[in-house]
Amino acid sequence: MTQPGTTGLIFNEPELWDKSREGRCGISIPRSDVPRADLDPALTGDTPELPQLSELDVVRHFIRLSQWNFCIDSGMYPLGSCTMKYNPKTNEVQAARKGFAAAHPLAGDQFSQGALKLMYELEQLLGEITGFPAVTLQPAAGAHGEFTGMLMIHAWHAKQGRQRSKILVPDTAHGTNPASASLCGYKSVNIKSGPKGVLEPATVAEAMDEDTAGIMITNPNTLGLFEDNIKEVCDIVHAKGGLVYGDGANMNAVMGIIKPGELGIDVLHLNLHKTFSTPHGGGGPGSGPVAVVKDLIPFLPVPRVQKENDTYSFITNCPDSIGRMHTFYGHFGIMVRAFAYILSMGGDGLKRASQLAVLNANYIKESLKTTLDLPYDRPCMHECVFTDKSVQEYHISTMDMAKRLLDYGFHPPTVYFPLVVDAAFMVEPTETESKDDIDQFIEAVKAIVKEAASNPEKLKSAPYLPKVTRLDEVAAARKPCLKG
Amino acid sequence: MRYLPHTRQDIDQMLAVTGHADLNQLFETIPDSAKTKTGLNLPDALSEWDLNAEMDKLASQNAACRSYTCLMGAGSYDHHIPAIVPYLVSRSEFMTAYTPYQPEVSQGTLQGIYEFQTMVTALLGMDIATASHYDGGTALAECALIALRKSKSANKIAVSNLIHPSHRHIMKTYLGPSGYEMVDIPADKNGLTDLVALKSMDDIAGVAVQSPNFFGNIEDLGSFKACADEKNCLLITSFTEALAHGLLKSPGRFGADLVAGEGQSLGMSKSFGGPGLGILAGTQSMMRNLPGRFVGKTVDSKGRRGYVLTLATREQHIRREKASSNICSNNGLNAMTAAIYMAAAGKNGIREIARLNHDKAVYLKNMLVGAGLQSVYSGAFFNEFVLKAPAGFANKRREIAEKYNLFAGVPLEPFYPDMADHYLFCATETVSRQAMDLLAKEVKA
Repeated sequence: MTQPGTTGLIFNEPELWDKSREGRCGISIPRSDVPRADLDPALTGDTPELPQLSELDVVRHFIRLSQWNFCIDSGMYPLGSCTMKYNPKTNEVQAARKGFAAAHPLAGDQFSQGALKLMYELEQLLGEITGFPAVTLQPAAGAHGEFTGMLMIHAWHAKQGRQRSKILVPDTAHGTNPASASLCGYKSVNIKSGPKGVLEPATVAEAMDEDTAGIMITNPNTLGLFEDNIKEVCDIVHAKGGLVYGDGANMNAVMGIIKPGELGIDVLHLNLHKTFSTPHGGGGPGSGPVAVVKDLIPFLPVPRVQKENDTYSFITNCPDSIGRMHTFYGHFGIMVRAFAYILSMGGDGLKRASQLAVLNANYIKESLKTTLDLPYDRPCMHECVFTDKSVQEYHISTMDMAKRLLDYGFHPPTVYFPLVVDAAFMVEPTETESKDDIDQFIEAVKAIVKEAASNPEKLKSAPYLPKVTRLDEVAAARKPCLKG
Repeated sequence: MRYLPHTRQDIDQMLAVTGHADLNQLFETIPDSAKTKTGLNLPDALSEWDLNAEMDKLASQNAACRSYTCLMGAGSYDHHIPAIVPYLVSRSEFMTAYTPYQPEVSQGTLQGIYEFQTMVTALLGMDIATASHYDGGTALAECALIALRKSKSANKIAVSNLIHPSHRHIMKTYLGPSGYEMVDIPADKNGLTDLVALKSMDDIAGVAVQSPNFFGNIEDLGSFKACADEKNCLLITSFTEALAHGLLKSPGRFGADLVAGEGQSLGMSKSFGGPGLGILAGTQSMMRNLPGRFVGKTVDSKGRRGYVLTLATREQHIRREKASSNICSNNGLNAMTAAIYMAAAGKNGIREIARLNHDKAVYLKNMLVGAGLQSVYSGAFFNEFVLKAPAGFANKRREIAEKYNLFAGVPLEPFYPDMADHYLFCATETVSRQAMDLLAKEVKA
């Protein structure tokens, strides 16, 4: 079958300042209808040295740059833990509606009922999907949500009268988990997963004590496996007065199948830019709402959205609140997109999405398990992890396979994470990839493994088709050049 | 459903490979006790056309759905957004791209962010800038943590009372569990941060001042730098209105060590307060202390210019619990937006637009003072200023909003309880003389 990656005409493009010509301007200056008001020269600065470009200079520059990028709209990103599903275009239409885009956050409740209602309803929808009574939409990203959740756990323990010093973190955890715990002053205690790739109650019980604030769990975990013992683990932690933090990054596997709130999790964050289809934007903006059990409601950040009869308002009179995580209410523009997505899918649609995401991942696992080494040969959820063991004899690594995949027209899977697997190659197709595209991906991986045996040098210098070949990252870190 | 491509045939063929009888069996490894019995009780899926109708209805319940005159600032600013900005930023290749961890296929994003970093340093007069943060408030909180961690002895940071109240609230929240203390530097009678009060403070890791401050007044950053030097601590400056730097002396000129601010004014819509753009810049010596992503320039194996994310050893995915911050995503697409805006406006455009902002605000202040509102501070301001209104103005303000869709300032009492009847007005390049004259007429009446 023909692979998607091919050659084509793209353009070289210099840095903006190299195109700058004295006197050019690319913006329309508004006409002035008021007198000039002078400012004290002592306060006035030199004009900032920004480039001077015409409008076409700017357009051509950024169009050319865009053509160097891979994106979901051009090809598949089977990135484990990232849930790179299709970003629906109707969501952009909704976010761009003047009533939303032009809304000032301080216009007052009376003039912001549409925004407030959307936020309130989104909280309800996310609460229903996850099985929790309350949600805050304020955190601006997943890691921000984690920090928010950990701050609430910290505040809850403070209110109990005794702060604890440790938090249990599985070895499969995303790096943001221990980092977020550290920000609250907690020392992370590493918990090893068992031979089946999931947490064992005995291991947790051994580590859990009354100086441990709780545990941070991802379910399904970052190996793509369902933490079967989750209920028991939650009980063990609760029994010693701890709380359970749930990292909901992998929610895409289980919508309508499980509800984290029913399993004993006390506080959970979601990634709207993963499960709920909002665009990644080359690195953000995301959004990381946090859902909580009843006991943690008082600690939620302010302001909160309240509904009384048919009127919505912000309330700030929450004395036990941890405080504020964002200047205003969070990433409202991202909330609009996620809200539109949930309304477009409905409950049956979301469950179907999870089922198909898990089907796609298992199909890939079964199709590639004789090609690549599969450390956990058991049913997976929405992602599966391989290693580079089967190509090591050719001195080929996960990195080489990843780079060669680019030539075939696929973004590589997540590589070298999670750390519990050596040289991990973690594949998450998501439900929006068709069988046809997945079959092409499977063929590409098989072809690359064949190339590893017959022509390893080819892989070592891959990729060949993108605008640049492998970049010197060592030099970039040794002598950082962070501006032009 | 159009986002789910699987046909019945696809599913059957795939289940034959996985060895499951049906889709439900895919979840047989989940204990029955863990599976939900309640299902997803959500509204039925809407067609694209019904979704449009629903969202149109919701959006029309915001005053912003119709033309409105926004004389509010306080951290969210109404500016003209050139057509090319949303056009370029909505390119699939920018919008639906992942974080540039595979640089060979992400050079568009990487060069764009590198250019953003560069232009931010030009705007602020600083040596380095990060690839961005969530917003001005969280960037400022990160700066406070940097200063506090760097200090060998001090566990306090002096924070101006005239920094945006929500920014201070975020700082307090971030510092909560750490045991670090925030010491308030009060405002003086001129609506500026009280330098005398600061001079009497000891054992501080840093001084944080916003300019223009929350009241719109321009602070004397030079004096704050001198004071910070005397106390051997860092000077952190912040801003909420990025366009001010088109006109005012930059924080870099004053010797700021760290600068944090909100970049929403650089081409982003207000969008009910988010997503905006956190900007963080520092001196060269701060490079390894700054949190978040950096794009650096390098070469490929053929010696060609290229860009990569760099200095990742500071970040969470490498250092985990020892990371300087837990931050993972930046506000990437908004940093691209700012890059496009700064490229379009350029050196001359940004100066002109900044001057227009100032001209409009001065005009508005004069008109409103002429109409009977009271000037509170006499010092220089950029595009925001404080006026005191007679009791009952709140009703008039609401009536003007209902009648003309004109929002006259932000009431200050919720932020500063002893400032009842005080309002923070803002006028940007978007406000017409006509609208300002109308407001003055209504106020006078």
